[in-house]
Amino acid sequence: MIELKEISKIYTIGDETVYALDHASMSIQEGEFVSIIGPSGSGKSTMMNIIGCLDVADEGEYILDGISIEQYSERELARIRNHKLGFIFQNFNLLPRLTAEENVELPLLYQGVKAAERKERVRKALEKVELSHRMHHRPTELSGGQQQRVAIARALVTKPSLFLADEPTGNLDSRTGQEIMCLFHELHEVGNTIVLITHDNGVAQEAERMIRIRDGHVDEVTA
Amino acid sequence: MIWQTCKMSWAAVCANKLRTFLTMLGIIIGVSALIVLVSIADGASSSVSEQISDMGSSYLTVRVTDDKENPIRLNEFQELMDDEALEAAAPYGRTSVTAKSGYTSGTMSITGTTGSYFDIMKLELSSGRTLKQTDLDNNSLVVIISADTAIEFFGREDAAGETLSLDGKSFLVAGVLSDDNSSLTSTQSMTESSSEEESETVTLEGYIPYSTLTRIADNVLDITQFYVSSADEESMDQAEAAVERIMLERLSEDEDAFSIMNQSEIMSAMEGVDDTMSLMIGGIAAISLLVGGIGIMNIMLVSVTERTREIGIRKAIGAGRGGIMMQFLMEALIVSMMGCAAGIGISFAILKIIGKVMEDSMSFHMDMKVAGISVIFSLLIGVIFGLYPANKAARKKPIEALRYSG
Repeated sequence: MIELKEISKIYTIGDETVYALDHASMSIQEGEFVSIIGPSGSGKSTMMNIIGCLDVADEGEYILDGISIEQYSERELARIRNHKLGFIFQNFNLLPRLTAEENVELPLLYQGVKAAERKERVRKALEKVELSHRMHHRPTELSGGQQQRVAIARALVTKPSLFLADEPTGNLDSRTGQEIMCLFHELHEVGNTIVLITHDNGVAQEAERMIRIRDGHVDEVTA
Repeated sequence: MIWQTCKMSWAAVCANKLRTFLTMLGIIIGVSALIVLVSIADGASSSVSEQISDMGSSYLTVRVTDDKENPIRLNEFQELMDDEALEAAAPYGRTSVTAKSGYTSGTMSITGTTGSYFDIMKLELSSGRTLKQTDLDNNSLVVIISADTAIEFFGREDAAGETLSLDGKSFLVAGVLSDDNSSLTSTQSMTESSSEEESETVTLEGYIPYSTLTRIADNVLDITQFYVSSADEESMDQAEAAVERIMLERLSEDEDAFSIMNQSEIMSAMEGVDDTMSLMIGGIAAISLLVGGIGIMNIMLVSVTERTREIGIRKAIGAGRGGIMMQFLMEALIVSMMGCAAGIGISFAILKIIGKVMEDSMSFHMDMKVAGISVIFSLLIGVIFGLYPANKAARKKPIEALRYSG
């Protein structure tokens, strides 16, 4: 499903070259629930960007769903993000001027889905995260947990092959965090592939498998 | 998709109403300046050229500027202008006299000429007769007056046979012009002797034999100006050639000693001036529209920076370059087109108000062509000045945009 082979990402700061990722390799199977854990600066965010097709590696090969990513143009990368990936961010990243419903609808707009179908899918997605009653509220009128659930609905509305969550519970108190984690377990149970990036050991251990990253290298740990 | 982009852009435009309005103001002012100024220039010029075209174009105005010590006299004039290409020729001299009848008196413009003048200028009489050859031969004290003049002095138009005192000499009113000619003659006096004051509501006008005029006026003796008509408008060129030939021969081959003016030449010269005016005024207004466009670009650039994060989010969930570009371009277009619509509305109102205030002959109506041009211009400005910010937005890298905290 996901195959990273000898991936390197190099930044140049002044005259110095820094390896954010240094020949990192890993693979994730379909239907797996994997957490990627590491302290800040370990390269896990860079890893997530590359897996999420927001960035391309400088060296190595990344294969998503059997297709090699680096040959793609920006336009095709946008299409892949739209169809194959569902992002969930630490700070939710909802558009503040849009209602919950409109936020969830957005990826379908970029897919060009017809209005009637869009409405139906948005309704179902919000039902799944138990927020149907708040669909006409703006993010500022929702609690943190509710905002994150809207973000999850936005990710799952496109039926992606991979959910990519970056510290999804980082901005939430532990009780709401737990609720969000429950949602991820539910998603996993119905066969979705989930990659969760965190620095919190407790959260990471809820996954089937833990991948530890340190100084741009991958140390795989099985839970 | 286009419709959805429109909706998104519309929401963004509405999110910042004051800012949008201020940005739009540049376009509104530019468009209304363009339409109002060009429409006023057009209205003014069309009313002037209408008056000129009313005068017809079937005669030539000849002015003698240098008589070579051998002035043209009335007695040789008829012979001189005897050419088959010419239908009629009439000398023209002008002076002002004090006209008096009973207790009424006033300053009157007197034109000294011959009977042909009335044919050339297509002046019609409502009563009496025109000037005759015998009047000229005998220096008769007869006058043809305009309908307004007749009413002023005699209280009625049918004043033929009355007597009118001009500078103390008693003249017989031989004929009265019909009322239709009044606007025409007043226009003529306006264009030909603009130095004469026209403060009086009624323009007093009279026509006397040229020979009589040379007697009563100190400044008129020789023929320095005359009118020539051709059979019809088609034979104008032949007539002009004939007059030129005659005059060159008469004035020892000096083409600078006289000038021949064609009505249509005057008109085309006027139109040339008007076109230049419209172009200049339009150009000035277009500059303010351009400034408005720069305002749009400025605010769009600010907006792109402010919404870096939004762009990042949109890109992360699958918006391509095209989608982002369209959204921002559409915003610029909405601002410029709404500004244009408001500008057209405002200029329509301004022109209506000006039309109400200036109730006279000048008519100001919106030129649809100018309105169309301003729409196209605003569209272009929206695209040109929206393209750069939109492109800037579309090129943002998603990770950098997501990381942006502003």
